[in-house]
Amino acid sequence: MISFNQVSKRYGGAGGYEALKSVALVINPGEMVCITGHSGAGKSTLLKLMCAIERPTSGSVLVNGQNIGTLPASAIPFVRRNFGLMFQDNKLLYDRNVFQNVMCPLDIIGFDAADAAKRVRAALDKVGLLGKEKALPVTLSGGEQQRLSIARAIVHRPSILLADEPTANLDAAYAVELGELLRSFHQVGVTVVIATHDEQLAARLQPRRIVLEQGRITT
Amino acid sequence: MKNWLRQHRRSLTTTLARLARTPLASLLNISVVGVALALPLAFYVILTNLQSLAQDKAPTPQISVFLAMDAQASDAREIDNRLKKHAAIAKFRFIPRDQALAELKEKAGLSDVIASLGRNPLPNGFVIDARENTSAALEKLRDEFKAWPKVEHVQLDSTWARRLDATLQLGRLIVLVLAALLAFALVAVTFNTIRLQILTQRAEIEVAKLIGATNPFIRRPFLYYGAVLGLAGGITGWAIVWAGLWLLNDRLGSLTQLYGTSYALRHLSLPDAASLCAFAGALGWLGAWLSASRNLAEFDPE
Repeated sequence: MISFNQVSKRYGGAGGYEALKSVALVINPGEMVCITGHSGAGKSTLLKLMCAIERPTSGSVLVNGQNIGTLPASAIPFVRRNFGLMFQDNKLLYDRNVFQNVMCPLDIIGFDAADAAKRVRAALDKVGLLGKEKALPVTLSGGEQQRLSIARAIVHRPSILLADEPTANLDAAYAVELGELLRSFHQVGVTVVIATHDEQLAARLQPRRIVLEQGRITT
Repeated sequence: MKNWLRQHRRSLTTTLARLARTPLASLLNISVVGVALALPLAFYVILTNLQSLAQDKAPTPQISVFLAMDAQASDAREIDNRLKKHAAIAKFRFIPRDQALAELKEKAGLSDVIASLGRNPLPNGFVIDARENTSAALEKLRDEFKAWPKVEHVQLDSTWARRLDATLQLGRLIVLVLAALLAFALVAVTFNTIRLQILTQRAEIEVAKLIGATNPFIRRPFLYYGAVLGLAGGITGWAIVWAGLWLLNDRLGSLTQLYGTSYALRHLSLPDAASLCAFAGALGWLGAWLSASRNLAEFDPE
């Protein structure tokens, strides 16, 4: 599903900072993978390369057989639609209410309005925000915002869910809850890739572990 | 197809909502475009009025041939025959001296003066329309007619028509230059407006791109905005000129009444108004497209 072949990523030209060094890995469909490591080890970069937010400096990243490095810019949106993305900073739209935020991906794909509304409600139900459709994101707690972010990530039923530090801003109880949500997606066949330095989360989910250290995979 | 239509409808409603959300800024933008368009438009309207006025007063340049006072009816017939055979002449009319006198009496109200003359001072004449109205062709004909027997005088009344034509052409050039300049201004105004919009919607655009929006999808509402801005500006410009003409006509009516005539400036014709609005809309779209293409590129992956 996702395969990295001798992938390096360097920021800022030839003499710049090398975030990833000759990384090779394969993630199979339906797997749950945790990428751990210190901050600055390259976890976020790895995720960004998977969903074509960035292109590799050398090596190849294949997603469903397509080489992200050589894909034209016009094809990248269609690669992204395979993914559900959860960002470290959520990236919610604060001038839109909960319902409209989750509607976003369906708008982009071009769903029929009635069909889309059903899907949005189903996604909100799944994360327990069904009663807050009309609320603005600022009125939600940190945990709720994170769940809203999940709802938006999964509303178009992607085959891969990428989560960057999903528990970073959550207290322990919320983190457990969120872990269970991620597990439930894994159980219905979604490939889940989590970048985290939260050892407890990794321990609970018992996923396959990939440990990064200074841009290299150590296990 | 249905999906495509739905997306376009959604873009249009988003655009209109965006316009309505910031009514003051939208109104100002539309006014800027409207005023910019009104200037060359007003010039154009005045020009077309002048042109039609000129056409009413001076039809195609004609050649008048006056026979000598002592010319006989046979001489007139001879000229008549020559004119009939002439290839360069579209049509001509013989005006007998008696008819000319009668017309003069009727037209100018000079019957008293003419009656006091005792005899008819007017010669027989021909009024000739040439096939070709270039000044060179007309002058050649004039010289030819002059040499005919019993022709006293040949008059070519094309000079002032030519002057008028040259003036109108100059006016047309000025309108074109003005229109080009202000079309550029319209593109610049939309370019800048869209750039500001993109800046204020950075977060939204970034998220949309991250979750798989294509560039055309993101660009579309901006293009609609540009087109709507141009279109509304065009309508505003047209309305400004219409109101201006209406005011002028009001004054002009009372002025011309004092001279015993009536004259009113004509408004922009409907096809002209429609093409103006379409043109303005297209320019707005172009400005938006340039701006969106430039300013959205930075969201692409490195």
